[in-house]
Amino acid sequence: MAQNRSKATIADDIVGYLKEHENKELLRFITCGSVDDGKSTLIGRLLFDSKTVLEDQLSALKKESKKFGTTGGEIDFALLIDGLQSEREQGITIDVAYRFFATDRRKYIIADTPGHEQYTRNMVTGASTANLAIILIDARKGVLTQTRRHAYIVSLLGIKHIVVAVNKMDIVGYSRDTFEAIKGDFEKMYAKLKGSLRHALGERFEGAATVDFIPISALNGDNVVQKSGNMEWYTGRPLLEYLDTVEIAEDINLEDFRFPVQYVNRPDLDFRGFCGTIASGSIKKGEGVTVLPSGKSSVVKEIVIPSAKRGGGSLATVDEACAPMAVTLTLEDEIDIGRGDLIVKSNDTLQTSDAVEAMVVWMDEKPLQIGREYEIKRATTSLSAIFESVEFKKDVNSWEEIETDTLQLNEIGKSVLRLTREIACDPYLSIKGTGSFIVIDKITNRTVAAGMIIDACKSGEEKRVYTEAEIELNAYIRKYYPEWGCAKIGE
Amino acid sequence: MQKSIDSEKITHLKQLEAESIHILREVAAEFENPVMMYSIGKDSSVMLHLAMKAFYPAKPPFPLLHVDTLWKFKEMIDFRDRRVKELGVELVVHTNPEGVEMGINPFIHGSKIHTDIMKTEALKQALNKGKYDAVIGGARRDEEKSRAKERIFSFRDRFHRWDPKNQRPELWNIYNTRINRGESVRVFPLSNWTELDIWQYIYLEDIPIVPLYFAKERPVVEIDGAKIMVDDERMPKELRDKAKMEKVRFRTLGCYPLTGAVESNASTLPEVIREMLLSRTSEREGRVIDKDQEGSMEKKKIEGYF
Repeated sequence: MAQNRSKATIADDIVGYLKEHENKELLRFITCGSVDDGKSTLIGRLLFDSKTVLEDQLSALKKESKKFGTTGGEIDFALLIDGLQSEREQGITIDVAYRFFATDRRKYIIADTPGHEQYTRNMVTGASTANLAIILIDARKGVLTQTRRHAYIVSLLGIKHIVVAVNKMDIVGYSRDTFEAIKGDFEKMYAKLKGSLRHALGERFEGAATVDFIPISALNGDNVVQKSGNMEWYTGRPLLEYLDTVEIAEDINLEDFRFPVQYVNRPDLDFRGFCGTIASGSIKKGEGVTVLPSGKSSVVKEIVIPSAKRGGGSLATVDEACAPMAVTLTLEDEIDIGRGDLIVKSNDTLQTSDAVEAMVVWMDEKPLQIGREYEIKRATTSLSAIFESVEFKKDVNSWEEIETDTLQLNEIGKSVLRLTREIACDPYLSIKGTGSFIVIDKITNRTVAAGMIIDACKSGEEKRVYTEAEIELNAYIRKYYPEWGCAKIGE
Repeated sequence: MQKSIDSEKITHLKQLEAESIHILREVAAEFENPVMMYSIGKDSSVMLHLAMKAFYPAKPPFPLLHVDTLWKFKEMIDFRDRRVKELGVELVVHTNPEGVEMGINPFIHGSKIHTDIMKTEALKQALNKGKYDAVIGGARRDEEKSRAKERIFSFRDRFHRWDPKNQRPELWNIYNTRINRGESVRVFPLSNWTELDIWQYIYLEDIPIVPLYFAKERPVVEIDGAKIMVDDERMPKELRDKAKMEKVRFRTLGCYPLTGAVESNASTLPEVIREMLLSRTSEREGRVIDKDQEGSMEKKKIEGYF
């Protein structure tokens, strides 16, 4: 019905429609489940029912359904989703794909990732930008090992909203008892999971702000867009309405101002601006700020953000800005600031440290090597680091903590990293933008891991003092034998 | 908690804008010799507008690159030259000299040869010549299935090839920009925009676009089911003679012999958006190259096409 109404508005009053639709919110979500859970069918259904699939795509889809489909000539929504030719032939999705649709209220970006165990890497990637996760459970099978894995990754990545969609309700006769039993199992599992994560991440871990359950049939469309007539006992919202109304504005941290300097803009001697994306919090003109790690202070002179409506030849500025806006700051004083520095409010106390404790997800065929020098990129800061130790790896299915001294592809573990210089640290659970980093292999240039800072730590090892000869030898080796991956000493 | 900012003001368009600006600045900060592809279409117009914003009050610290096949609509070239002058940005134009020598003509050689030589090959030449280490493009993930899986910073080997099975994981808004000499990265700041987002943003920010997007009486000839506009006398006379004036507009812009017009009365931006919203076909339908074969874009990209 909403569709019809907006159609009428589009035809009669397009300018009014555009005004209304300029003010949508953006919601990014991830879908967790395997092909067998009907994940592609669910996404296809959301795209189809929200009229995102167009006629020429639909006719191509019908043709492909006959050729590759698994639905006996019926439209196979999974084919709409599974993009690459090689994947279609194998019948599986192998990577992260992004899908888009919009309703009258929100624009959605779906990170679609495969559910198989070997693809933890992809799921973590998809989850990193999501505000919400849909965990699919097959009503016939209930909470499985993979559900535990999905819940673990979603929670580790700090996703604030979880929706458990119990799918294939049609096959279990739309049974309320089945749904309630699965809900109970998941809640029990989730309570245990929270305990396990608290153990690893500390008391700061709170878990998702909302966890909700919806019985659906993606194939038949029950409770996906329309409320199902087959499950009168379910009094909640259908999935799409849920997505449209779940409160997300509160998820943005507006308190702790963090501004990683990305680029210094200096067109002439009169203008010196610091460009960046506000990672969290907000800032006002005239507020006192401190630059880390140098500790120098100044006052915000202008917040530059050109806008067509303000336009004109002069500087377009605003009085206040907040995350996640991309702005340019100018300061009252000439102080030395470069890419990688962090600007915070002067009344903020923030720890700087050259060692961090972090949860690390390994994403490369070549396993983690303790003592080897990697590059890490945290916000706009790039620096060298070595893994000093791996405390344990986590079995993502059983949540057992297993002793190890390395991490293999798709393994997640807790580790201590020593950095070549001090950085201002935030725990990932407080501020994602400054608490997350990627690890890059300096020789292959591949992104080999993703990390989430638990806290700054003073590493147990005393800093060894090297002689000048040792430092020179180290420099020589680093210069002429880079393939040895020798770590830098003496700073 | 003091909450003087209304976080609801951060609309989806503002968020997309911020994300794109972040990406453009990351390119400027991390690469030595970046370039921005400029195709003169509406997505390029949005990308250029975002680049102007990202580095304001300075100009974007990279040039624009237009691969001119010599078969673009005249109005596109006029628009390009006017915008470049107005904004004071640097423009590099490249045409494949071998193609010019061979006298490549889409009416004679067909879309495939024309595209291979004047577009794909020309692009490779331009990139090799410029030794660009980062090439910013306006592709969107909603355009085509293979694009849905491509990273925002998409690695290319020294032959400009994309390996869809061996992409670098891309997390949060942290982009791995490390490459070796000769390798490059394609960067897509509009990855998460949809066609509707682009149009809404053009409307909201009042961004100039080529007039061909708006309906007007134009001379068109029906060729293989597509309405092709007579843009110059290089169209064979027997085809030109069949031209009729029709009120049409273009949903995408490219080489005029390969770009079909659609019948339309939409002569203002809101009308164009209304038509797009009520239409039941996707914008790429008018492009001849996509329908050549299934999975065609994926193949072209592995070969080094954008």
